[in-house]
Amino acid sequence: MPTVLLPPRHYLNNGYGIRSWLLTRDHKRIALLYLAAVTFFFFVGGAFAVWIRLDLATPAGDLVSDETYNKLFTMHGVMMVFFFLIPAIPSVLGNFLVPIMIGAKDLAFPKLNLASWYIYMLGGAFTLYALVSGGVDTGWTFYTPFSTASSTTNVIPTALGIFITGFSSILTGLNFIVTIHRMRAPGMTWFRLPLFIWSTYATSLINVLGTPVIAITILLVAAERLFQFGFFNPALGGDPVLFQHLFWFYSHPAVYIMVLPAMGVVSELVAAGCRKPVFGYSFVAFASLAIAVLGFLVWGHHMFVAGESVYSALIFSILSFMVAIPSAVKVFNWTATMYRGAVSWETPMLYAYGFIGLFTIGGLTGLFLAAIAVDVHVTDTYFIVAHFHYIMVGGTIMAYLGGVHYWWPKISGRLYNEGLAKLSAGIIFIGFNLTFFPQFVLGYLGMPRRYHAYPEEFQVLNVLSSAGASILGVGYLIPMVYLMWSLRYGRAAGSNPWGAVGLEWTTTSPPPTENFSQTPVVTWNAYEYSPKVDHVA
Amino acid sequence: MGTTPLFPVSASTMAPRVDALYFFLIGVTVFFSLLIAGLIVYYAVKYHRRSTDAVGERIHGSLWLEVTWSVVPFLITMVIFVWGASVYFAIASPPAETLNIYVVGKQWMWKFQHLDGQREINELHVPVGRNVKLITTSEDVIHDLFVPAFRVKADVIPGRYVNIWFNATKPGRYHLFCAEYCGTRHSGMIGEVVVMEETEYQDWLSGGGQEGSLAAAGEKLFADLACNTCHRPDSAGRGPVLTGLFGQTVTTQAGEMVVVDEAYVRESILNPSAKVTAGYQPIMPTFQGLVSEEGLLELIEYVKSLQAQPQAQPLSDAR
Amino acid sequence: MSPDGAAQASHIGEVSGHHSGLAHQFDSLAQQREAATLGMWCFLVTEVLFFGGLFLTYALYRGWYSGAFTAASRELLIWPGTINTVVLITSSLTMALAVHAAQTGDRRSLILFLAVTMLLGSVFLGIKGFEYYEGFLEGHFPGPRFQFEAEHFREAQIFFSLYYLMTGLHAIHMIIGLGVMAVMVWMSWRGTITAEYYNPIEVSGLYWHFVDIVWIFLFPLLYLIGRHA
Repeated sequence: MPTVLLPPRHYLNNGYGIRSWLLTRDHKRIALLYLAAVTFFFFVGGAFAVWIRLDLATPAGDLVSDETYNKLFTMHGVMMVFFFLIPAIPSVLGNFLVPIMIGAKDLAFPKLNLASWYIYMLGGAFTLYALVSGGVDTGWTFYTPFSTASSTTNVIPTALGIFITGFSSILTGLNFIVTIHRMRAPGMTWFRLPLFIWSTYATSLINVLGTPVIAITILLVAAERLFQFGFFNPALGGDPVLFQHLFWFYSHPAVYIMVLPAMGVVSELVAAGCRKPVFGYSFVAFASLAIAVLGFLVWGHHMFVAGESVYSALIFSILSFMVAIPSAVKVFNWTATMYRGAVSWETPMLYAYGFIGLFTIGGLTGLFLAAIAVDVHVTDTYFIVAHFHYIMVGGTIMAYLGGVHYWWPKISGRLYNEGLAKLSAGIIFIGFNLTFFPQFVLGYLGMPRRYHAYPEEFQVLNVLSSAGASILGVGYLIPMVYLMWSLRYGRAAGSNPWGAVGLEWTTTSPPPTENFSQTPVVTWNAYEYSPKVDHVA
Repeated sequence: MGTTPLFPVSASTMAPRVDALYFFLIGVTVFFSLLIAGLIVYYAVKYHRRSTDAVGERIHGSLWLEVTWSVVPFLITMVIFVWGASVYFAIASPPAETLNIYVVGKQWMWKFQHLDGQREINELHVPVGRNVKLITTSEDVIHDLFVPAFRVKADVIPGRYVNIWFNATKPGRYHLFCAEYCGTRHSGMIGEVVVMEETEYQDWLSGGGQEGSLAAAGEKLFADLACNTCHRPDSAGRGPVLTGLFGQTVTTQAGEMVVVDEAYVRESILNPSAKVTAGYQPIMPTFQGLVSEEGLLELIEYVKSLQAQPQAQPLSDAR
Repeated sequence: MSPDGAAQASHIGEVSGHHSGLAHQFDSLAQQREAATLGMWCFLVTEVLFFGGLFLTYALYRGWYSGAFTAASRELLIWPGTINTVVLITSSLTMALAVHAAQTGDRRSLILFLAVTMLLGSVFLGIKGFEYYEGFLEGHFPGPRFQFEAEHFREAQIFFSLYYLMTGLHAIHMIIGLGVMAVMVWMSWRGTITAEYYNPIEVSGLYWHFVDIVWIFLFPLLYLIGRHA
């Protein structure tokens, strides 16, 4: 077997120096710019989480002051939601893969793509400025009138940072929509597209339709805070619940922005990990669209106890049950894909299993919340915290890591250490469950969220959770080490180290700047794993 | 280290109903989680890839499976929806006869006002076995009143009244938390609900309330603020007669029908030109900034207490 | 040598045989045109949602505080608003004429119509500025200097907050539109726009028409409802 070598000419060595990176229009380089940025924000947000869990190990809240704690959970939420979970998969994996998976040379608007990164960094800079110059303590949800009339912290710089970053999401979404519509290679019909593209498309629809609403909401909050306009402050004639409607109209679909791309990654991992088509391809594809559409109709389930009328509550409840169905359909389809597959136990596949299991639990706990009577008891408690961390961390972050590992050889041209990778996946899985499962129990017991100090009888569960968090933290650090190490010392991967099917595996690892030496002409369906078909164009 | 409970006490009439649904949901969750996890592990082992170029079987899908695993979850969720909705109706509908207590939340404490005049801070005494309705509002930002043992919770919102009702079934002391982040000492805005046997509760009631009942305080405030110059007991005043008015439905100048409840009385004091009664001029000045939240509660209780003379009008049937 | 070797991909341009204005990621000018147009429509959808949140807030408060809002709305001067509406509609006409001129390769008329569009846009902004100035003098600007009859003081402030926010945001979009028009004038002057490649004018026209349409909604909602009640 000949030694695999890196290709002589590829996108990473096509031009050196800082200008070739900061002024690049290559979607693959922009993806790496995003990778560096989201990783940075992830560890900032993660550091706040560690601090929070350390403080919560004792009931008295004696590690940090009240004000500091309130800033910690706010900044943890802001960093994680707006600067990691929303951009990570679309802007890193999506940017890298969308053109390649559809057989294009780049996205429709490469300069706009670079501008999106700069906008993201500018938003991040404002938020970091808010952070270092005193922090903000409103919670990532900015409820009024506290955020407009009571908080004395850096609300406006943070709000501005989020406002600016929102444009990055909007422009990336717009770029993906146009690219997928107009730049598919000859023969690449909609129903031959990889499911990752379907998910990215559905996500981009939400990005484009939902993000502008949070943008205007933030402007209204900033105007109220700066000029004492009275939109949300009852003392000035405003309605505080109106803010919640506007806020959640975006922020509920936002959680689908976070999870749909993850589901797209999982579809790819499962197909490659079983070497067969995803079971029920068109159902999975339409389920993505259904989630995007229904996701816009359920925002009121965040407000069951917030002063919503009984009738609105009922409508939002029934719609919330309905939005669970397409997700369930996907879970069943992925599981069915494994039946009679050639099932791999490599790291990306392990992350996919982890996603499916943990997303199932997280999603099912969503049913608890859609049932209004139960939600009345558990809303604003640790039950909610556990629910969304199961989906965001047990779901999205696992899928993100799975995707990073799966496409790492394509992105870098190198293989990472499989043993260490499996070990990290295991540590993350154990750490994650130890951190968040006790929180379901705590929530039903009645421990409210955003509490700095709590009654003593909640301590044992909190200590378990904090122990889990330290394990989870270690689990996240190890991949940083071996992935960085592989960049220099890893074995060359070759174009298709997984024996997978997909246009990205037909080009070199790393790919050339223009992705393909010749535009591919597609005559096959996605995931056609057949022993003798050669898919190189 | 003390006890580590894993399940909250059930101390109200609603609690067992909520818990029953909760256990059903746990059952559904455990079933499907084990099913999926089990299948994954089973398939991963049974179909483990044996050689580096093995491929899976080309199975594209199955329509009847898709229909089954769409319809069955849909039916299960509809069962949960109906069950949850019916329990929710009960939670959201206070019974007709309740013992009312006013609650004002402010950063960072709870103020409870009993009708007879007792005021409590962060501690709420209630009798066991009686329907209690808390009429809540906030003085500043949004708070939330949460009693885990009763399974009740509602946001306490500035500028409006929100009702919470419960019927405590077990004497004891239960946690009360603020469950909507409200600033620095949010986690300090806690207290206790003290549920007492009826006789003990009566003893406790008679022990306090030196300031007199809320309605009496309201009567005094009504005179101090000169409300009585326009709102006279006969119809010669410039404002509507308030006797027997609480609980009635009136027509506004704009043609809207409104019920005279706590919220309407409050709005009429703070924003009088919003819903002027038909047939009257919009000349009432606003008392925004001139009356505190406590004052508003006292005035409301006073207006409620203005019963008609027995022979003149039917009794108001709402409290 | 371009930083990321885009020059190497230029052989793709030979497919259409026409290099002017074709970006490297596209296979043909037709594809590029369709992509740019779809992109602009997507962007305009985001703008609809953006203004939509504001319109929704206005609609709700109008319903809750109809008396105060009607009284406050009557304080707005009707003649600048009306003139501005005529000005903007006319500017959309000249914009459409500019697109037509581009399609027929008439460079002179193209530049002329773009310039007139810009002029009309500037007139709009000037009149708006005058209105703001007058409003400021009348004590319409919310804050410590706000003046209004006591009965509707609080609610009228909300009306004016929304008025300034909505028209201000619209004005910002107009200013951006003027910037875009300036770039279009420059591109037309340089000869970049030809009868084969005029998509930038079309796409800018879409944006301009959108900004016009937002005003068509703003004007009646803010100035006209309940005026003669």
